[in-house]
Amino acid sequence: MMQTQEITLNMGPQHPSTHGVFHILLKLDHEVIREATPICGYLHRGIEKLAEARTYTQIIPYTDRMDYLAAMLNNTGYCMTMEKLMEIEVPERAEFIRVICNELSRIASHLIAIGTYSVDIGGITGFMYCLRDRELVMDLFEEICGSRMTFSYMRIGGVAEDMPEGFLEKVLKFVDYMPSAIDEYDGLITGNEIFQARTKHVGIIPPEVALNYSLSGPILRGSGVDWDLRKKRPYSVYDRFDFEVPLGTRHDCFDRFTCRMKEMRQSLRIIRQAVEQMPEGPVMAKVPKVIKPPAGDVYLEIEGAKGMLGYYIVSDGSNKPYRVHVRRPSYINLGYLSELCKGWKIADVVAILGSLDIVLGEVDC
Amino acid sequence: MVENIFTSIAGSLRSVIDAAGAPLLLNDISVVLLKVVAILVYILVSALWLVYMERKICAYIQARIGPNRVGPMGLLQTAADIGKLIAKEIIIPRAADKVVFLLMPVLIFVPVLLLFAVVPFGKDMIAVDLNIGLFYFFSIASLSTIIFWAGGWASANKYALIGSMRAVSQMLSYEIPMILALLGVVMMTGSMKMSEIVNAQQHIWFVFTQPLAFIIYVIAATAETNRTPFDLLEGESEIIAGPFTEYGGMTFAMWFLAEYGNVVLVSALATTAFLGGWLAPFGWTFIPSWVWFFLKLYLMIYVLMWFRWTYPRIRVDQLMNFGWKVLVPLTLANIFVTGVGMYIYRAIGW
Repeated sequence: MMQTQEITLNMGPQHPSTHGVFHILLKLDHEVIREATPICGYLHRGIEKLAEARTYTQIIPYTDRMDYLAAMLNNTGYCMTMEKLMEIEVPERAEFIRVICNELSRIASHLIAIGTYSVDIGGITGFMYCLRDRELVMDLFEEICGSRMTFSYMRIGGVAEDMPEGFLEKVLKFVDYMPSAIDEYDGLITGNEIFQARTKHVGIIPPEVALNYSLSGPILRGSGVDWDLRKKRPYSVYDRFDFEVPLGTRHDCFDRFTCRMKEMRQSLRIIRQAVEQMPEGPVMAKVPKVIKPPAGDVYLEIEGAKGMLGYYIVSDGSNKPYRVHVRRPSYINLGYLSELCKGWKIADVVAILGSLDIVLGEVDC
Repeated sequence: MVENIFTSIAGSLRSVIDAAGAPLLLNDISVVLLKVVAILVYILVSALWLVYMERKICAYIQARIGPNRVGPMGLLQTAADIGKLIAKEIIIPRAADKVVFLLMPVLIFVPVLLLFAVVPFGKDMIAVDLNIGLFYFFSIASLSTIIFWAGGWASANKYALIGSMRAVSQMLSYEIPMILALLGVVMMTGSMKMSEIVNAQQHIWFVFTQPLAFIIYVIAATAETNRTPFDLLEGESEIIAGPFTEYGGMTFAMWFLAEYGNVVLVSALATTAFLGGWLAPFGWTFIPSWVWFFLKLYLMIYVLMWFRWTYPRIRVDQLMNFGWKVLVPLTLANIFVTGVGMYIYRAIGW
């Protein structure tokens, strides 16, 4: 007698394309997914708990280690939350430097997202091209803060130090070069028939579902919801720049991918404007040596590379926080994964997970 | 002189043995042995070279440098890698079927070796010029499917199981368009003999008279050798390494080596059936025929490598659709058009 049987497949935690130690428990009917259970926590380091035993300044390096692909954004989010709690006015020059660093960081993060997505779909060359150009961003960061991955460049009240001489020219050189590189990716990855066949109409997230599941970032915008905190609730100096928010129309993996692609171009536009409008002045506000914020709690969200990055800090008036909680976009964006994978093939699970662009450091925190 | 270097070596060996007064049977056996040794040496050397070539081409495409530390220009890199693989322990999973698990990486070499018997490397340089050469090629080539499948099955690993199932379905759906594509060539030649297929291209190569068949053949050949965009069998980002997931050390190297053997074979068949085999273009016969063959062969291999490092991977259901709904009807149309064309051609008596 012929009989068929579902098999259970452990995809991860050691798997080439789960983007880290992520684990999906799949119930398969040959190649078709019947059930997908995401399991996370393999990289849990208890950053939120650790933060309770550190002074406010000492927490900054921990934020680096969450979304390590866009650490500048994490730094900024934390420092801005603290500034809101302590009501510190950040000097304008520092805000502009932050904007430049944040947008460079967003580009670096999206380059990894695009490159690894290319590998997930099966083309390794795209990854190499993206990393080649990410290297230029890393060089810029190395110059400004001496570090290439965990920057800890932002400080409560400004940035660690002013830009080195000739930095802005180098940034402009990068901004001039980058569009041609993005055209190259478009030719190699986006324009490829097989790539489009693999990603179009796959893993559709309807806009209302995306909102209900509190998805954010390029995933939400890929679903056609116009929601970018830089536009909707302008923070820092983002209201002074002219840029667009790219939106998807088919709400599938391809839209999420192209949204990131277009966002890189918009980030370049912002960087160029920020360089042109760069004011003179100090880069650090007058902040006491020992930071003791008033008792109370504060919540602030910024537009991270993966979505809305929020920090919730409760202060009891001492030099250490009572509680720190981070709204990590990667973690929340995973919420819809098990529904999203149902009925697709194994190869599509990889495509869908890649299009969500998670960073395990942030998922597990 | 250079033209007949290999045939004259074989001929002189034959006459030396003959002069020593050995019986005819011994003479035949020694010549066959010589051919087998020559082919074996060629497979191993070409695999070494192809791994290096693949890595260099891949690096060139990906804006990197590639191997450049071991030996001049990294030429000894593959040798070093082989040394490393030999030194590694062969790990057999507890649940695996030990005999089948260890036998399959050895057996995978059998079809490769058998197939080289009918590859026409140059004028008169074909080990066995069978009158059903092409038919022999396909029948032996499809054997490797079973070996892939058995290797994956014996590993007792779910990824390997999925990979080996993919191997069967993929090869089934691509063998057919491949054979049908070459039927056009067989129709025009009127023979399945490799040497006659080459000789039929004296005036014009079949790539010009059968362009559709050539394109379909190249696509199907890429699928046949499990290379991107049809590397579903291994599908690194999905199923780790497919049937080879549990293999390590030298057992893995054997699968790897056989893959390159297959790449050479399908390229050799493309060269023979479409690119005029050993025939020299523009009447440049001052370059020996076997040099021409190898030039065309490595050009074909380069094209396959170019595909591999440019394209992403197609999905398993799309692969089936493409094979059965696009390639098979196209090849049938090609056969029909070829038949009609040949009929008209003969009727006019051009």
